[in-house]
Parts: sequence; C-alpha cells; structure tokens
Amino acid sequence: MPRMMMHQQAQSQSRNGSFLSAMKQLVKYCKRFVPFMIVAIIFAVIGTIFSIAGPSYIEKVTNLISSGIVNRHIDIEEVAKICIILMIFYISSAVLNYVQHLIMAIITNKVSKKLRQDINIKINKVPLKYIDGTSTGDILSRITNDVDMISQALNSSVAPLFSSITLLLGCVIMMFVTNYIMAFTAIISTIIGFALMILIMKNSQKYFLARQIILGKVNGQVEEIYTNHSIVRVSNGIEENEESFKKINDKLFSTDWKSQFLSGLMQPIMAFIGNLGFAAVCVVGAVLMFYKQIDIGVITAFMIYVRLFSNPLSQIAQCNNYLQQASAASERVFEFLNQVEVSDESNKTTYLDPAKLKGDVTFSHIRFGYTSDKIIIPDFSLDVKAGMKVAIVGPTGAGKTTLVNLLMRFYELNSGYIAIDSIKTSDLTRENVHSLFGMVLQDTWLFNGTIRDNLKYNNDVSDEEMIKAAKACGVHHFIKTLPHGYDTILDENLSISAGQKQLLTITRAMIQNAPMLILDEATSSVDTRTEILIQDAMDKLTEKRTSFVIAHRLSTIKNADLILVMRDGNIVEKGTHKELMEQNGFYAELYNSQFANAAE
Amino acid sequence: MLRLFKYLKAKDYLALVVAIILIVFGVMLDLKLPDYMSDLTKLFYSPNYQLSDVALPGIKMLLCAVGSGIISAIVGFLSAVLSSNFAKYVRYALFSKVLSLSPSEIDKFSTASLITRTTNDVTQMQMTIAMGMQVMVRAPITAVLAIIKIIDKGTTGWVMATGISVGVLIIVLAIIVSLCLPRFRKVQRLTDAVNGVSRENLTGLRVIKAFNAEKYQLNKFEIVNTDLTKNNLFTSVATALLNPLMMLIMNGLSLAIYWIGAYTINNAVSLESQEQIFSNMIVFSSYAMQVVMAFLLLVAIFMIVPRAMVSGKRINQVLRTKIDIKEGSFNKQTEIKGELEFKHVSFSYNDEKDEDNEEVLQDISFKVERGKTLAFIGATGSGKSTLVNLAVRFYDPDQGEILLDGVNIKDYTFKNLYNRFGYVSQKSIMFNGSVKENIFYGQSLAAEDEENLLQSLNVSQAEEFVNSKPGKEEYIIEQGGKNLSGGQKQRLSIARAIARKPEILIFDDSFSALDYKTDLKVRTLLNEKMKDTTKIIVAQRIGTIKNADEIIVLDEGKIVGKGTHEELLKNCKVYQEIALSQLDKEEL
Repeated sequence: MPRMMMHQQAQSQSRNGSFLSAMKQLVKYCKRFVPFMIVAIIFAVIGTIFSIAGPSYIEKVTNLISSGIVNRHIDIEEVAKICIILMIFYISSAVLNYVQHLIMAIITNKVSKKLRQDINIKINKVPLKYIDGTSTGDILSRITNDVDMISQALNSSVAPLFSSITLLLGCVIMMFVTNYIMAFTAIISTIIGFALMILIMKNSQKYFLARQIILGKVNGQVEEIYTNHSIVRVSNGIEENEESFKKINDKLFSTDWKSQFLSGLMQPIMAFIGNLGFAAVCVVGAVLMFYKQIDIGVITAFMIYVRLFSNPLSQIAQCNNYLQQASAASERVFEFLNQVEVSDESNKTTYLDPAKLKGDVTFSHIRFGYTSDKIIIPDFSLDVKAGMKVAIVGPTGAGKTTLVNLLMRFYELNSGYIAIDSIKTSDLTRENVHSLFGMVLQDTWLFNGTIRDNLKYNNDVSDEEMIKAAKACGVHHFIKTLPHGYDTILDENLSISAGQKQLLTITRAMIQNAPMLILDEATSSVDTRTEILIQDAMDKLTEKRTSFVIAHRLSTIKNADLILVMRDGNIVEKGTHKELMEQNGFYAELYNSQFANAAE
Repeated sequence: MLRLFKYLKAKDYLALVVAIILIVFGVMLDLKLPDYMSDLTKLFYSPNYQLSDVALPGIKMLLCAVGSGIISAIVGFLSAVLSSNFAKYVRYALFSKVLSLSPSEIDKFSTASLITRTTNDVTQMQMTIAMGMQVMVRAPITAVLAIIKIIDKGTTGWVMATGISVGVLIIVLAIIVSLCLPRFRKVQRLTDAVNGVSRENLTGLRVIKAFNAEKYQLNKFEIVNTDLTKNNLFTSVATALLNPLMMLIMNGLSLAIYWIGAYTINNAVSLESQEQIFSNMIVFSSYAMQVVMAFLLLVAIFMIVPRAMVSGKRINQVLRTKIDIKEGSFNKQTEIKGELEFKHVSFSYNDEKDEDNEEVLQDISFKVERGKTLAFIGATGSGKSTLVNLAVRFYDPDQGEILLDGVNIKDYTFKNLYNRFGYVSQKSIMFNGSVKENIFYGQSLAAEDEENLLQSLNVSQAEEFVNSKPGKEEYIIEQGGKNLSGGQKQRLSIARAIARKPEILIFDDSFSALDYKTDLKVRTLLNEKMKDTTKIIVAQRIGTIKNADEIIVLDEGKIVGKGTHEELLKNCKVYQEIALSQLDKEEL
C-alpha cells in the first residue's frame, strides 16, 4: 500500500487544481447523502472526543493509587467510579464509531452502485462515435477500478479524516492543558520522526517511478511473447527472448528492492517514532517529577497521548492520498458521465410500423465524415425500390460499412438525408429505425447466456419458431450436439468456431424477422460450401425484403438486383453482375483477380 | 508454496537467517523499554533519588529506541533484497518455462492465465514474503517474548484480563473473517460479472442498438450490480466492526489492568510490595498492549498467507508441467532439402483415448518435393490448420511419422528444425518494435541485411506502405500491430517468413486478409523469386490454390482428393462443390 500511495502522490501533485472541481462534482453527485455523511462525521468527532478523554482519567486513577500507596489507603470507590465513567466513554466511543462506519458503508455502496449503473446507461446514450474512439478497457476500468477507488475513499477517508483531525487537535490541547513541557517533548519527538520519514520518502519517489516503468515493460514483454508464442517458436526466437527478458528482469530487480526497502521503512520509522516519544516522555517526566513539577499520573497519561498522537498524523497523510486518488478517479468517471449525449427524441411523433412497411429506401446527397476535416462520403445518392437486394462491394476503406452506420443512424449525416418509405430517418426515433432492420455483422457478437436467450434476443418468439430458424440456417444439428442443447451457456469455456458463431448470429437475425435486412460481411468466417446453404436460407429470408449486403467474396452477391461498386466513398459503377462484367471496369477487374493464374 | 523456495540461493538463505536473528534482537530491544520505565518508576519511590539517577535509564531507553529502529531498517533492507530476488528468480523461471511449452499446453492454461501467473501471482508472493519477514516472524516472537516478561510480573487478575482480551479478539476476528472470506471471493466473481456485462454492452453496442435491446442489457446489469452491492455491503458492515471493537478491547484492557491493580495494591501487605505492584502495573499495561498487537498481526497473516499459497500453487502448476514436445538432438545438415513427408499420420486434440473420440486427422500421407507448391483446401474444421501445425511441431501426431528432408521431425533440435521453416500464421502477429526488427525476428540462417529486407518487403507487397510510413523500415509498430491495418499486418507476417530464406514456406490461410489482386501478386513473386523454396498453402479460396502443383482436399480429417485443379474438378466431389460455390460453371 505505501508504495502505491507514494506513486500516486507523485502523479497527483500536479493535479491539485482539478482536485477541488472533481471533489465538488462528487459531492454534488452524492447530494442526497450529504446530510447522512454529516451525521457520520459528527459521530466520528464525538467518538474521538470520548477516547481523548481516556488518558486524563487514567491519570486520575494512577494518581489515586499512587497517593493511596503513600497514605496507606486507596480510595477504591473513587477508582471504581472513574473506571466506570471511563468504561462508558470507551463503549460509547466504540458504538458511535461503529454507527459512523455503518452509515458510511451504506452510503458508499449506494453511491458506487448508482455510479456503475449511470455509466452503463450512459454507454447507450453517448454517440457511437465516442465509443468507437475509446478503448473498451478504458471505459471498463472506469466502471470497476475508478468506482472502486471512489468508494474506497468515501468509506475509509471521509470520517477518519475528521476524527483524525479531532484526535490530533484534542491530543495537543489535552497535552498542553496537562503539562506544557511534556507536551512539547511529545510533539517535538514525534515531529522529528515524521521529518525523517518525509525526507526519506521525498528522495524515494524516483525509485517508485522507475520501478513502475520497468515493471510495465516486463509485463509488456510477458504479454507480447506469451500471446505470440507460436511465432516466437518457429522463428527460433526463444533464446533471444530469454536473454532480453533476463536483462530487463535484472534491471527490474535493481529498482525493485530499492523501492521495496524504502516503502518497507515506513513501518520501522513509525515504530521508532513511538519508541522515541515513549522514551522522551519517560525521561523528561522523570526529570520533572524530580523537581516535583508533576506527579506519576501525568507520565502515564502522556504514555498514552504519545501513542494516540502519532496515529492521526499518519492517518491524515493516508486519507489525503485516498482523496487524491479518488479525485483522479472521479474526474475520469464524471468526464464520461458528462459526455454529450445523442439528441433527445422523445418529442418525435412520426412512426413507421414495421408490419406495414413497404421498404423503399432513398439516399439523397448524403455527405459524411467521422471528423469534419476528413470526409469519407462526399456526395452519395441512391434509390432503392422495395424488395431489392442491394450489394455493396469495394476495397477496404471504400466506405461500405460507413453506409450501414448511416442507414442505422449509428452516426449522423453531415448533410443530405436518408428516407424510408419517403419518410426521413431523422424524423423517426432511432429505436424506430432500428426496429425496421435485421442486422448481421462480421463481428460475431454473442453474449454470456444460453443459446436460447442469444437466439431469441429481445424478441418474443416461440421455441418452434426458433428451432425452425435454426434448422433453416443449418445450426439445429450443431446445437443439439452441445451438452445442454439450446440451454447450453455460451462462455469462454465453450469453444465454438467463428463460423458457428456467425451462423448463430444469422439465426438470431432471422428470428428477429424485421422487414429489411443488413448483412455486413455476414458469412466471411464460414467456408464457401456452408455459405451456399446459408445463402439459400438467406434468399428465402430476403425474398420481398429490401436488403443490403456487403461482401468480400464476390461470389456471394452475384444474384443481387443491384451491385454498387464503391471506391473512396463514391459509387464508381452500378448495375447487375452481368452488366458490370460487360462494362469490363473496376468490378470486372476485382472479380477476375479471384481466378487469375499466377504467372509462371 | 514452499517448493518455490528452492529457487533461492545460499546467500539468500544467509540473509534470511541474519534477518531472523536481527528481528529477535529488535523485539528484545523494544520490550526492554518498559523495563527501564519500571526502573524509573521505582526510582520515584526511593526516598532520595538524584537527578543523575534518571540519566542512565533514560539514555538506555533512547539507545534502545534508536537501536531497534536501526535493526528494523536492516531487516527491511534484507527482506526487500530477499523478496525481490525471489521474484526475479521465479519470474525468469516462469518466463523461460512458458517459452518451452507447446501450444497445446499453453491452451490448457490459457494465455491470459499464464500472463497473470507471471505478473500478478509473482508480485503477490513477493509482497507476502516482504511482509512476512516484517510481520510473520516478528509477531510470534513479540508475543512469546512479551508473554515471558509478563508472566512473572503479572497478578492472576491481569493475566486473566489479558487472556480474555486476546481470546475475545481472536474469536471476533475469526467470526468476521469466516463470514467475510467467502463473500470476498463472491465479490471477486461478481466484479468479474459486472465487468463481463459491461464489456458485453460495449462490444455489442451496434447489435444491442439494432435489436433495441438496451433495456434487456440494463436489466442484466441491474441484477449483477445489485448482487455485487449487496455482497459488498455485507462485508463492509462486518469489517466496520473491526476498528471500533479493537479500540474498545485495547482501551478496556489498559483500564482493566489499572482497575484490578487498584484492588491488588490495596490488598497488598507491605509498602514495598505495594510499590512493586504499582511499578509492575505500569509496565504490565505496556506489555499487554504488545501482546494484543502481536495477536492482531498474527490474524493478518492468516488473511494474507492463503492468498499467497494460491498464487504459489498456480505458479507451481506451470513450473511442474511436463513438456510433452521435446526437441531431438539432430543438428546436422541433410542431403535432401525442402522435402516434407507425412506417413499415415493421425491426430486428435483430446488426451483421453476414448473409443468414440473424434480424430481431427486420420491416416494422412503425402509427400512434397523441393520447389513444389502443395495446397490444402477443405471446409472449416476439416483439419487443414491442424495438419500444418503438426509439421512445425506445435503438436505431435498420435500415430504415424512426419519426415523433413528424410529425417523424423522429432529428431531435430528445434533450432535446426525451425531454421528450415518459414511459417505464416492465420492471425497476423506483430511485435512491438521497428518494421525491420519484426522482419528479422528471432534467428535464422539468412543474412539480416538490407538486400534481404528489401526483397522480403517486395515479395510480400509490403514495400509500398512501409515506404509511406515515417522512418520507413524503422517505423515503430505498436504492441499487437495496433497502428497497422489487417492487410498490412498480414503482408509483414509474410515478409517475416520470407526473410528467413527457409527451405519450406507454410502459409496457414495467410492470404485471406489480402485483396485478390495483392494475393495474386504475392504468389506470382513467390514463384519468381523463391523457386527453390517448397510452398505449402492452406486456403479457402480456390483462386489462391488453383495453380498449385498438387492440391489435397480434406474433409472431416481425411484426404478425399489429391491432384491438380483440373484433375480434382473431374474426380473429386468435395472439390467440385467448393469450386462451384465460388465460381460459375462456365468459369470452371
């Protein structure tokens, strides 16, 4: 922990400015819990005050006994009375402390649950553009690591921070009230210890950073080499890697032990501070007692004060670190939560009923770029009559998938419009647009759950219909061979091929039974013979439905009603397979290169 | 876990022994402090003590504090070096072991798990050892020494009070820990689940939106999120009890000692014994605190050690894996070059030889000679990739043998074997480093010069895009090739295999990310520039393999056709079907 603490400190020092604004946002987010938090803080403070009172009562008891020895009689009743009062103090302090912890634990859990939930809701609301431009790992780490960090800080630093400050102030006041010389002794000896600690820590930052950097490199090499193991092996790269790993591993060792040693010093130093304070208080106390300045009770009281006093100092330092980390974490969380959302559509009343859809699609002078300075589709127009099968072909980067993104309104047009049955898609809600299309993507996304749930995904269909679709796609037999048939859970442990996954996603789209279809490289992972089977099923499915097919393999789309050949965002050729082949242009060139002989 | 300690060397053990001795000394010094305190208190009651009498115990106390601080620092140093050394040895042992594992063994562990074992698990053990030196050794020694000191000073009442406190402490901690530990594990699982559903949401966003299934996903998330929160709440409510309770016990104990002390002193007969008990009381309360603290630390050990033991076990599993693909000793040249022969090879992925166990490859025999092109085609799952994986010894066949240049591949040293092969995998693999470093990855017999580099880039058609990058062949490729497109990565992978100037080039479906034109160009150049190299091509496109000298058609692990394109079109049904699915009748 100390190691991490210090590493974080190095990072956090530069961001002091944003600390307050991040914290403000966090407090605003927790608004309705703030009154409870204040209650918890008050409890923590009162509980602490009770425990500060302890030593002064112990002092009284000691003095009573000590004077009792001199007078040959101890006032047992008075001792008992003080002890009972003190016991009540201790118990109430414990109860208040527990209640405080309880309140904070509940608040923390509620806040982190809400944060996680809100991030997840937000994922659906931000434009796809944002998600596409951000790594999955980054958003995931906000949901788990950052939220955890915030909850840890809330749970373990808010109340302790206040109780530590109370304890610190209380101890100082009580010590000075009891005896100022002894108070100075205790404080000075503690401060000497802490100065030592700060000195060492200041000098050790560079080792922590160095270690962190090298550790990152070591882990990087491990990850890369393990993942690419097969190529390392056939390239005879094992020896080379062992050598380079040995070097970097040795380098890690030399910073590793240093940083470990320095962070390991924290504890001995704390112990040393305790011992030093203890010794100083005893010696100075003895001297003062010699001059009859104090009695023995003061020394016993100070022995406890010294212990109480050094605790909050390190605790405040710890809380400060937690809060710094939390501010960095909440900055990341709120940065995401404050992202611009897609436009609100609750006021849109135009609705296209999927059941009554004809399926005419018009693209009118659409213009689009993922960033405004890099236009991918400059000016695209097309009229698709209901029931047509439109194929889009072209080299990578020609804008094929972009067209689908626009059709589905995953991205918004820069200018122009797309209309379905003469109604502009921008006048419809996104939900409505989505309900008009069935979609199969190259990326075979299936979720953790049973095959049944995956196939019926968000659609209310009977088992018979599901099985009918599965048979049509030729996956029924395969599903039946799985351990639990349709109830088999799809997860990492179940190894099914990319081709089979693709068949499942095709079945899913078939079950959805939407009036129009989009197939984006839907059969790319399936071998060509299986593809023919699927094609047959698909052709049945696409009958009378407007469908858009993007394909890599040109054989797949030969029977399309219209083939669009795209290049750099523009349609360079269009027509049926036959017409295009006769034109002997770009399409014919692409098509023929499949079969061309290697010159020998 | 202990098995791993064999990686430590003699000097590490010496450090360990020295550290333990020092810890004992340190604890003794710590425990000496209250003794001097007791001397001081006794002084106060002696009728006429001098100020100079205070000096000696005072100085001794300071010396003790400083001495124990210095000793702790030395122990810290020793444990830091020891644990870092341990981590270094084990990490290296793991790394080199994993490198020697075969792909099937790696699959058994999964790459992700091996990575965690090499990174997190090692760090976990390192932390435990470092902490262990400070806590595991120190706590029991403190407890024992403090109890010894207390025993003769304590009255029955005090000892009982201390015993009860420790007892209550241990029982409460045991209850809390036993309640929370299973929950902690559950929390870990649920965190994974929360992560899993969120990942699902992110990766499947397009599908989710297309199916209007946002609510469906949110409901799923709500379930795991609520579950996680419930479990978290339980553990935090339970662990919240720890701190106040410990404070109460410690405070209560010191109070009890004074309270009981008052009675005992009152009942004592003589003044001397009263004074003795009084000074004992102050000392005892300090020791009692040490005992309680020591037990607290001991409990902490019980929470850390099981985790380290799990890590140790996971590390050992890897280190003790028997390597089933061992290299041979043949490291000489052969007379024949570039000839590969399979003789009745059968293979199945499962270890258990069940009766109904499906074989991935059955009785495969073929031979390819120097400079020829052999192609494999077949449906997904027909065993094409497995077949080439056997040739490069990622797996060993269950039956039959594979001969390379007339020698069984099992007899070759890995170095000799892999110097003969250039292998391009299905998924293009890039390493973090320059284009040049990627091309000349590993070791081969070929010269790593400019000429070879340029030719490899030219044949693989990577020349153009590499030259367009800043720094050209010095252009730095990021980990996993993130700054390259799929086609670019595939071209570089092909260049890497070519640069080895091997006898045999193996392309495991390596042309699929190339467009047809590039595919054709690469194959043409291969035939021109690498005439003497045997080429083995696994493909799905008929176009890619049409001109091979021989094509082998695989179906469900068996060879169902062998011959040239024209021959197969006439006499192989499976081949005809594949061809028909890709080409028109008139085109054939």
